[in-house]
Amino acid sequence: MSNLFQILFIRSWQTALIALRALRRNKLRSCLTALGIIIGVASVVAMVAVGNGAKTRITSQVSALGQNLLTVFAGSRHTGGVNSGLGSASTMTIADAQALAREISDIAAVSPEDSATVQAIANGRNWSTTAYGESPDYLKIRDWKLTAGSMFTDHEIRGAAKVAVIGSKTANELFGPLNPVGQTVRLGTIPFVIIGLLESKGSGMGGQNQDDRFIIPYTTAMKRITGDKFLRSINVEIVSSDRMDSGEQQITSLLRQRHRLTGDQSDDFNIFNQKEIADTVNTISNIITLLLGSVAGISLVVGGIGIMNIMLVSVTERTREIGIRIAVGAQPGDIRLQFLIEAVTLSLLGGLIGVLCGVGASKLVGVVANFHAIVSTGSILLAFGVSSAIGIFFGFYPATKAAALNPIDALRYE
Amino acid sequence: MNPPVKNPCIIQLRQLVKTYQTGEVEVRAVRGVTLDVARGEFVAIMGASGSGKSTLMNTLGCLDQPTGGEYLLDGVAVAKLNRQELALLRNQKLGFVFQGFNLLSRTSALENVELPMFYSHPLVPLRARRQRAMEALEKVGLGDRQRHHPSQLSGGQQQRIAIARALVNRPELVLADEPTGNLDTRTSIEIMDLFQQLNDAGITILMVTHELDIAAYCKRVVVMRDGQIVSDTRNENRRTAAHELKLLNEAEQKAKLA
Repeated sequence: MSNLFQILFIRSWQTALIALRALRRNKLRSCLTALGIIIGVASVVAMVAVGNGAKTRITSQVSALGQNLLTVFAGSRHTGGVNSGLGSASTMTIADAQALAREISDIAAVSPEDSATVQAIANGRNWSTTAYGESPDYLKIRDWKLTAGSMFTDHEIRGAAKVAVIGSKTANELFGPLNPVGQTVRLGTIPFVIIGLLESKGSGMGGQNQDDRFIIPYTTAMKRITGDKFLRSINVEIVSSDRMDSGEQQITSLLRQRHRLTGDQSDDFNIFNQKEIADTVNTISNIITLLLGSVAGISLVVGGIGIMNIMLVSVTERTREIGIRIAVGAQPGDIRLQFLIEAVTLSLLGGLIGVLCGVGASKLVGVVANFHAIVSTGSILLAFGVSSAIGIFFGFYPATKAAALNPIDALRYE
Repeated sequence: MNPPVKNPCIIQLRQLVKTYQTGEVEVRAVRGVTLDVARGEFVAIMGASGSGKSTLMNTLGCLDQPTGGEYLLDGVAVAKLNRQELALLRNQKLGFVFQGFNLLSRTSALENVELPMFYSHPLVPLRARRQRAMEALEKVGLGDRQRHHPSQLSGGQQQRIAIARALVNRPELVLADEPTGNLDTRTSIEIMDLFQQLNDAGITILMVTHELDIAAYCKRVVVMRDGQIVSDTRNENRRTAAHELKLLNEAEQKAKLA
């Protein structure tokens, strides 16, 4: 048995050596033929890498919003046929937020939110920004850290204290390199003491700068800045990502119950599900990756046709050689194997160089476009697999044609 | 148990027919040939072009299947074999020598001679292959040219390499198709000398030629016309190539001295 294997193995190896020698004799032709596959494989690898990079970037932006985040927005309000738009309904209360936290076990943390645009004045400068009223859990919900100072506590919420946490961009505009913690800032007319500095988070999904803001106790915001009696939104963190949908359902039914909405009345609130957004984004980027990949895949097929073309020429050119081999006792299978190995070697060689070029191109895109393309092992293995399959597929016909040659005609061929 | 009885005839043809279909026209190239060739014979097949001698040769060489009649090669009915079995038969029992040498051009003499062993079953190990190829090259007097490519060798030398290739698998029968057709007189005599040596060593040789003086080196001459054998004679006044070469060398020596 091992003897048989050895014979088979040695036979294939010898045949492979013949094939390699034939390829070496026509270096330029072999290179040009492989070029088709090189371009195909390189573009598959690069396209998939860029697609994956884009996907990862978008996903990280979505998850930068916070882990397992749901945002409940106040709904729209109809007044005599006029729809005042999202957040205008005066229905969501602090009591709603407290009820969510109390009654739904899937909820890990809650932060009632009210916000307003304010003119901030400090250090002899002024800056227009947004003040967000939040609870102390807000930083946990948004997965946000402080670089200096501390967050306000429930004590300051109860007392509607005039304390603020400042975004890094805002701090830079108002205080430059100075440490803003301990400084006083006026938001509108009311003086606040800055007790914390937020870590920089960069731009969010919509492109707005998340670092340009103040965070203050929501009680302070409602009482002293906006004068609102109702909340604009409630930020909710769900315990785990697989509870997101059930959490959303429970919030909906609890709020409908609390707002006394009956069966056919529509919700007076909207829930923004971070996971849904992430899923949508994933789906879209998967489609784009697939699209780019298949365009590149077409060029692989074209490369395969190039291999077939050259192999057919090669079989015709070497008709006499084939005739000699058959005359001295080569089996049809030996001849077929010889040409098949030639075709597969061409395509695998193209695949190898193509992978290298593809990785290189991905890195180049990364440098030029300031973008991190991710080369996956999967796409490399796929490109290899596909290119060898192409070699076998497109090499099979020329190889079979060679094996089927009539030795008498082949020996007479000029 | 008795030792296997060797068939005294290497080739047995009974009413062999080979018909081609070329478009609409039916070409009856071989029309009923009956011929026995015993082991150790040296047969020349002669005939004008179109007489069917090449077709007969291809059929004898198992490169082609007969369309009628019977062909036993060493007792084996060739008509019943498939392509694989024919390839094996060519590899083990036959050696070919062609008019145009048919060597692999960009391959060394040694590797050309090794070629048949490459396709042998069971596989000949690499070292044994090298050794046997060298032996065959030495037998044809080209042991020192193993690394040369065919294009670096003369026609006579190329034909010797082809003969070495034909011998390397120790065949029962060597088939030569106009082996001297592309060679000058002196080289032709050298090749015939080689064939005569091989024949003396026990190898059966069947050679197609249209030259009478080349056929004169063979033991038996078969003449074909229109696909049939018209004469089959023993060659009583056989020429001896070794002797003629010696005379030729002496004559050249004299011419140089004079």
